Amino acid sequence: MPMPGKYSLQPALITVADQIGFLKQFFSNCFRKGFEWTEFFRQAYNVGYRSTGIIALTGFILGFVLTLQSEPTMKQFGATSMISGMVSISVMREIGPVIVALICAGKISSSIGAELGSMNVTEQIDAMEVSGANPMQYLVVTRILACTIMIPLLTIFADVIALLGGFTATNLGGAMNPWLYFYKATTALEFADVIPSFIKTILFGFTIGFVGCYKGFHSNRGTESVGIAANSAVVTASVWIIIIDAIVVQFTNMFVYA
Amino acid sequence: MPETAQEEIVIDLQGLKKSFNGNEVLSNITLQVKKGENLVILGKSGEGKSVTIKCIAGLLQPDAGSCRVFGKEVQQMDPAELKELRKRIGFLFQNAALYDSMTVRENLEFPLKRVAGLHDKGEIEQRSMEVLEAVGLTDAIDKMPSELSGGMRKRMGLARTLIVKPEIMLYDEPTTGLDTITSREISELILDMQRRYKTTSVIITHDIPCARITSDRVVIMHNGEYIASGTCEELENADDEFVRSFFK
Repeated sequence: MPMPGKYSLQPALITVADQIGFLKQFFSNCFRKGFEWTEFFRQAYNVGYRSTGIIALTGFILGFVLTLQSEPTMKQFGATSMISGMVSISVMREIGPVIVALICAGKISSSIGAELGSMNVTEQIDAMEVSGANPMQYLVVTRILACTIMIPLLTIFADVIALLGGFTATNLGGAMNPWLYFYKATTALEFADVIPSFIKTILFGFTIGFVGCYKGFHSNRGTESVGIAANSAVVTASVWIIIIDAIVVQFTNMFVYA
Repeated sequence: MPETAQEEIVIDLQGLKKSFNGNEVLSNITLQVKKGENLVILGKSGEGKSVTIKCIAGLLQPDAGSCRVFGKEVQQMDPAELKELRKRIGFLFQNAALYDSMTVRENLEFPLKRVAGLHDKGEIEQRSMEVLEAVGLTDAIDKMPSELSGGMRKRMGLARTLIVKPEIMLYDEPTTGLDTITSREISELILDMQRRYKTTSVIITHDIPCARITSDRVVIMHNGEYIASGTCEELENADDEFVRSFFK
């Protein structure tokens, strides 16, 4: 058999084929009898509730800083009354989903990669498989679905907190009625701002779960490989988030704002 | 062993071959295991002993040869058939492979609910207690695996495997990393469980006292092949120096 050259595409193609196979297994197990509800809710709690602290802090600072940074420029144009709308559109459309997804890639994808990698090293996944249980259904389906559902919810939460941060920053320099602030923030938004962004967060959530599970499930047998799986999960998920974001923005511009 | 049981072959390996990255681990494995037999496989590290039992359990696919379990070719089984086969096979991993995010109780409930299909709480509790009693771990039912000692983890691994009443037990170095006394206890437990649950066992070990306690028959593995077979006493007095060296 000819050996692959130094710059052979063969390993990359094998990995892609492997990932497609993993994706197929995920979908076929999603609809198989015996869905693991208890494990799904446990994962949803881990992904969602346990991330609320960091997401709230990041969201608040995001809205706060965005308001403070844009205020001097907006003042020059006499458009300070539009700051709330500007913050709301930028957070909802772009910054909120991407920042939350990148934080979750670091926190959740790495944690899933390390957990499944460690289970792989200690033969727990083999033990599940050899006992006749289905590790794909128990470990992978529950985690990917939990990420796909909880990350959009975390993004909505972050968006609301970011508006609170923006309101706080606005009130540092003067007093603004909260109802007026939130009225201006929400009326600036259209469905075309919210829907594509929400769909994007679903794709981000799926990617975070999928990459974490794939990296953990396919880690090598050794302690070092647990760290490699976790690290690789963060890097790969982050890169995919940026790529998906670029693609979705292109589609949105083509079909929604056209 | 009863006469009728001696005739029924439950595991039949013929010319099994397996390589990893061009390195041939199994070159020609031919082996038959009879129902109710306790077979011990001895061999140096890296000789492919674990690979052999992983092929039997369908965790690895051999490159060539035949691996028949209960008369069916493992490589040709579809996922549903493989799942059914695995319900009849128990596998005790070297490090027990306990699910470390679950308590002892949850570890036992996991195969009962998913493999045996039990959902009645009373029956699950009764089966769990029965098997924990058999391995002497009733007090540890609500502990996490991290709170168990090495010997307790092995016992617990054995309990989790036996709870679904498998017909074949595959042990991957059950006494590795344990002190002499605990090794002996685990070996006696394996024998006791084999008698109690009437299982056929394949035990991979380097531990000669374990082999002496548990084996009906021992095979010696060298360079990817089985080179000798017999009882411990027969192999201890074999003509081949390499075979005898295991028992020194």
